[in-house]
Amino acid sequence: MNAWLTAAPILIPMFTAALCMVAWKYPVAQRVLSLMGSLALVIVGGSLLSIVLDQGIQVVQMGSWAAPFGITLVADPLSALMILIAALMGFCVALHALGDIDPVRERGGHHPIFQVLMTGVCGAFVTGDLFNLYVWFEVMLISSFVLLSLGGLREQIDAAIKYVCINMVATACLLLAVALLYGVTGTLNMADLSVRVPAVPSQPVISAIAVLFIIAFGMKAALFPFFFWLPATYHTPSVSVQAIFAGLLTKVGVYALIRVFTLIFTGDREWTHGILMVMAGITMIVGVLGSLAARDLNRAWSWQVVAHIGSMVMGLAIATPLALAAAAFYMVHDIVVKTNLFLGAGLVRRMAGGSTDYARLGGLFKSAPWLCLLLFVPLGSLAGFPPLSGFWGKLLLVRAGLDAQHYVMVGLLLLTGLLTIWLVGRVWAEMVWKAPAEPPADTLSTLPFARSYALVMPLLLLSLITVSIGLQPERLLNVAGQVGESLYDTSAYVQAVLGTTPAPQPTQLGALETGAAP
Amino acid sequence: MMDSLILRTGVRLLLPLMLLFSVFILWRGHNEPGGGFVGGLICAVGFALHALAFGVKAMRDMLKVDPRSILGTGLLVGILPGFLGAFSGEPYMTAQWLGALGTPVLFDIGVYLVVMGAILAMVQTLMAEGDD
Amino acid sequence: MEVIMALTVGGMVAGAVYLFLSRQYLRVMFGVILLSNAINVAILTVGRLTTGNAPLIAQGAEVMDRAAANPLPQALILTAIVIGFGLLAFALVLGYRAYQEMGTLDTGAMRVAEPEDMP
Repeated sequence: MNAWLTAAPILIPMFTAALCMVAWKYPVAQRVLSLMGSLALVIVGGSLLSIVLDQGIQVVQMGSWAAPFGITLVADPLSALMILIAALMGFCVALHALGDIDPVRERGGHHPIFQVLMTGVCGAFVTGDLFNLYVWFEVMLISSFVLLSLGGLREQIDAAIKYVCINMVATACLLLAVALLYGVTGTLNMADLSVRVPAVPSQPVISAIAVLFIIAFGMKAALFPFFFWLPATYHTPSVSVQAIFAGLLTKVGVYALIRVFTLIFTGDREWTHGILMVMAGITMIVGVLGSLAARDLNRAWSWQVVAHIGSMVMGLAIATPLALAAAAFYMVHDIVVKTNLFLGAGLVRRMAGGSTDYARLGGLFKSAPWLCLLLFVPLGSLAGFPPLSGFWGKLLLVRAGLDAQHYVMVGLLLLTGLLTIWLVGRVWAEMVWKAPAEPPADTLSTLPFARSYALVMPLLLLSLITVSIGLQPERLLNVAGQVGESLYDTSAYVQAVLGTTPAPQPTQLGALETGAAP
Repeated sequence: MMDSLILRTGVRLLLPLMLLFSVFILWRGHNEPGGGFVGGLICAVGFALHALAFGVKAMRDMLKVDPRSILGTGLLVGILPGFLGAFSGEPYMTAQWLGALGTPVLFDIGVYLVVMGAILAMVQTLMAEGDD
Repeated sequence: MEVIMALTVGGMVAGAVYLFLSRQYLRVMFGVILLSNAINVAILTVGRLTTGNAPLIAQGAEVMDRAAANPLPQALILTAIVIGFGLLAFALVLGYRAYQEMGTLDTGAMRVAEPEDMP
């Protein structure tokens, strides 16, 4: 039963996507299917997390092929937590899409492709095989290409060209890194790799491959210096797509970094984690400065996505159990807040007549006081006002940084926080207090009731999550603590996948070379 | 669309042959080189040729269903047999056998439909662009 | 043999990087094709070049009784080719659309999403 639950995060969205495609000509059926599928994924994510926390790491060998040879799916605390939070975002965005997606995009296949994207995201979270991770990244990538260009506006096509180029290169780097690692170790199973990598005679080769992984995942996660594509693209597609991209896609890159650099490349921490540390520090500062320079709400949020990626990678680079827990906590907080911010910016754009330029915003407090209150939650959480979730995330990271004596990084983190508060104050002034340039074009009350309900409910849901994490951080802290422990000491992971903890062995391919049967 | 008598006459003869051959390749893939992927490709190429000779609309009329629905059906056919392992308590995708016939055949048929649907969807989009 | 293969991969990657430096979208795509092929050759090489038998287990036997070629790299390469094919098909259609919309494939001239006067 548990085995099926571990495979379900992939099967449910894939199944939903297939059904949506069969019903290609019937948008209404697609809506219902997409919503039901997303809801089922939330339920599965919740029960998977509770089982993993109760009974330890869940492992299933697909097709009954034993561990290092077949594809293994592994749900450890980090995977399960990420699946639950991704499922929640998927549900909120699927709900928002009911009100947001226009008929043209719906006929173009928004719902099935959105579900394919969720398949890729969940697959990347749950797989225990490096090549399989590559495949899920590709599934995610091709659906994100389609979602990005769906609608076919000039702006979108332009953005999609850049997004496609950078991602093709990132993909190639990832594949090359996987291939080279396979070449030196002869295995692709991550648990098996963590056993074999320390036994490779020439460790500098491993360090070089590790850097290739940093480049590949860094491009996906939008780390400095590979972040430039993100502010160029994220403001162009429809609001639902923006929200899911901002909330999940870059975080899958961060997840992959965390997975690979806690499980496989742990031998040369000074080198690999040092690089990550520098990249994280610059990413934070560049991101927040970019967001301050932007004169458009959507662009400012895009730069903020970059800035906070830095914070999470900082947790990974410090690599103490507390820092890893902080990274996990921060990731959950950030996914919820960023999805919420982009959905909110979509509503603001709707009211300001199709633009989020600061010059056209204003007077929101007069035209939609309730929406202001709703928007204050993610904004305050982004700035790190206590008692919202951002405060606890930052607190944990600062504490972890101070414990590990990375004072410069803590300074950069606090500086980023300060500048983010500045940005939030400015956005609030521009959006809420300033007198509007022109009266609001389209208030929500003019929309049909069901549609405005679908547009606003996700914001309410996400704000509730943020507030409840903020007011009662112990539960998430406990989970994040378990995540940190399991990432720091990976022997349980290896044990669960391989069944035993074998002594380091030479490469399997060595046997091939000497002519013996493997 | 190419207005060529030779192509049109040729395709009329070729299409049934190619469809037959694609199914043969699919079936052969059970134990020998071949399989759903190649079979689906051959099938899709057959229909693409038809679209070249008679236009996309003729191809769509002949197919009756949208290529993307074929893709979805293929995905379903590929996913569902994997669940059969549940009855004997085995993990997803564990092959179940009934003599020489097993779930891998069903999976291969799924692949066949997915490949065919995907390629035809691409062909349809590209050629529709060229028509106007 | 490995040395020749490694040099080939190196040459192909160098060519790909040269093409990436172009501002023309189509050249960049040619670079992508070259790079993905280079990586496929790399996978083949790191999987060890052996002139062996097909990795088939004789009827009735439980294990292989002789040295055989490594069956994994070709599976990886096939997957990578199929994925690369899908991505490339999309990328080329996108380029075609971009040419229709903007009348150019010069990436330096594509400033719709990021106008020049924007900070």
